[in-house]
Amino acid sequence: MSTATTGMSTKRRNGAGSKRRNGGGTGSESFGRQRQRWLPWAFLAPTILGMGLFTLVPIVASVVLAFFRWDIISAPSFVGFDNFAEVVQDPTVRVSFLNTIMFVVVAVALQLGLALALAIMVQEKLPAWLRVFFRSAFFFPLILSAASVSIFMRYLFNEQFGVVNWLLSFVGIPAVPWLTTPAGSAAVVILVYVWQNFGFSFLLFIGGLASIPTETYEAASIDGATGWRKHLHVTLPLLSPTTLVASVMAIINALQVFDQPYVLTRGGPGDSTRTAVMVIFESAFQRLEFGQASAIGVILTLIIMAITAAQFRLSKRFVFYQ
Amino acid sequence: MTTTSTQRADVDRLAPQRPAPRKKRNWSMAGRIVLLLIASVFILGPVLWTLSTSLRPPAESFQLPPSFLPLNPDFSSYDQVFKQLNIMLLVLNSALVTGLIAVGQMFTAALAGYAFANLKFRGRGALFSIVLATMMVPAQVTIVPVFMLIRGIGLSDTLLALILPAIPTAFGTFLMRQYFLGLPNDLGEAAAIDGASPWRTFRSVYAPLAMPGMAIVGILAFNYHWNEFFRPLILTISEQNFTLPLGLVSLQGNLGTGSISVVLAGVILSMIPALVVFMFGQRALRDGLTAGTGK
Repeated sequence: MSTATTGMSTKRRNGAGSKRRNGGGTGSESFGRQRQRWLPWAFLAPTILGMGLFTLVPIVASVVLAFFRWDIISAPSFVGFDNFAEVVQDPTVRVSFLNTIMFVVVAVALQLGLALALAIMVQEKLPAWLRVFFRSAFFFPLILSAASVSIFMRYLFNEQFGVVNWLLSFVGIPAVPWLTTPAGSAAVVILVYVWQNFGFSFLLFIGGLASIPTETYEAASIDGATGWRKHLHVTLPLLSPTTLVASVMAIINALQVFDQPYVLTRGGPGDSTRTAVMVIFESAFQRLEFGQASAIGVILTLIIMAITAAQFRLSKRFVFYQ
Repeated sequence: MTTTSTQRADVDRLAPQRPAPRKKRNWSMAGRIVLLLIASVFILGPVLWTLSTSLRPPAESFQLPPSFLPLNPDFSSYDQVFKQLNIMLLVLNSALVTGLIAVGQMFTAALAGYAFANLKFRGRGALFSIVLATMMVPAQVTIVPVFMLIRGIGLSDTLLALILPAIPTAFGTFLMRQYFLGLPNDLGEAAAIDGASPWRTFRSVYAPLAMPGMAIVGILAFNYHWNEFFRPLILTISEQNFTLPLGLVSLQGNLGTGSISVVLAGVILSMIPALVVFMFGQRALRDGLTAGTGK
């Protein structure tokens, strides 16, 4: 802003600020307009410069890079949509996206179902100390590293010596080849992921349940609704805003799964547990195809943005707000 | 953030209000407790197995029946993990990376959040929307350009390569803006009448009040970066720059299945700081994780 516009812009800023309850101007007028003008930028500088350099520039760069062929060694060459065409036809990339979609569907369904059931059970009448215990227990895996969890889970799912197969043997199930077959590996990745992440959805549901007014339940019980009917006809509709947020967050997080399959299976056997982010990692840092990696990244980002946009539309149409 | 604490106060709301026959209600509660206990066993069991197996002699690691309670602790695996892995260096690297990111995020997010909440400037709304929009793009997608950038500025294979890009935080800025919006604005007016400069108003009046918010930003940063695996896997090359999760995964790869208790001892050691945060900062962590979900 130039000095010539100082008077005008100050006025405009004050005009805009009056709409907001807490809108700024802490001691502005007594302080001299010169100072006030650069001051916000001094507060913002570390974040804005840092995000510009490490987030915005990389976002733009990865979109640009998606249209180039580059292996770091030779100069990048423009290839138009070739990277996208190759990526879409690449069998490994296709399988990985299909795996990711399958993973998201099954893992998110399990995660939300488990979280909702446990949240309802914890929020109903229960001794206070037990409620605190259960809540902490379900929340606990969230503080662990996905890499560490995958390390010990790999031992637990060991075919010969693992605790899981040992337990299953008591109910007459013969040793399951968990990590050596495609189906077994996919199951382990899903189970380990859900084990660690359902607590997050659980927390969201706990918050959503606590915000349902008591009177609603009184009215429902006067009308004779009890037990699971009460939850089907009262809890679920009233919880729909939370369910929507929880599903979208779970879907977006699950689409980016990497740590668990990387440590548990390295994407195998074959390509059976390779995920979208794993192929980004592999094409960039193992095959040095930075353009293709960026193209896969752009596709993944577009999917995530589409889901976020869908959330806004859905929340207008289907969600029942009180 | 502020609403969750009041909601949590009435957790008993869902209890049926009309007195049902007493006996029936107790039965349904007992059933629920049994189900919840089974779920807790599935959640805590693997961690207990990890702890007690790390406390068995390495030769007994895979012995069945497994052990879930460390009745006769044997610390030889812990000796081994210090010998086979430079675990002190891993701890130091992780602590340095996590600590500097957490402190850096707390300060930059407090400053930016204050500017977005309490200061007026041209383009504030637009700039804040841009900050929020960056949260939609996953970090895994921008990792290729970030890797190039790090190489370009000569930081590849240093701890700074992990620290610097993680300090500017969109989510932290959002959290701190919410926090400052929740503080009464007449405090700033009073300070201004007393002749305090805008910077002094921030430093002496608002920043101290915003400490709980900053603590949430710091704890979230700690929890995320202490455990993160993807960025260290890409941005560090030599073992002397590895962080704990990366070091443990490579230890598991190097050792055969013979000494799993050594790997598990490393896993348990790496959990200790997270456990401390869990015990003392669980509320802050919960509030931070669920903040901004529109409850």
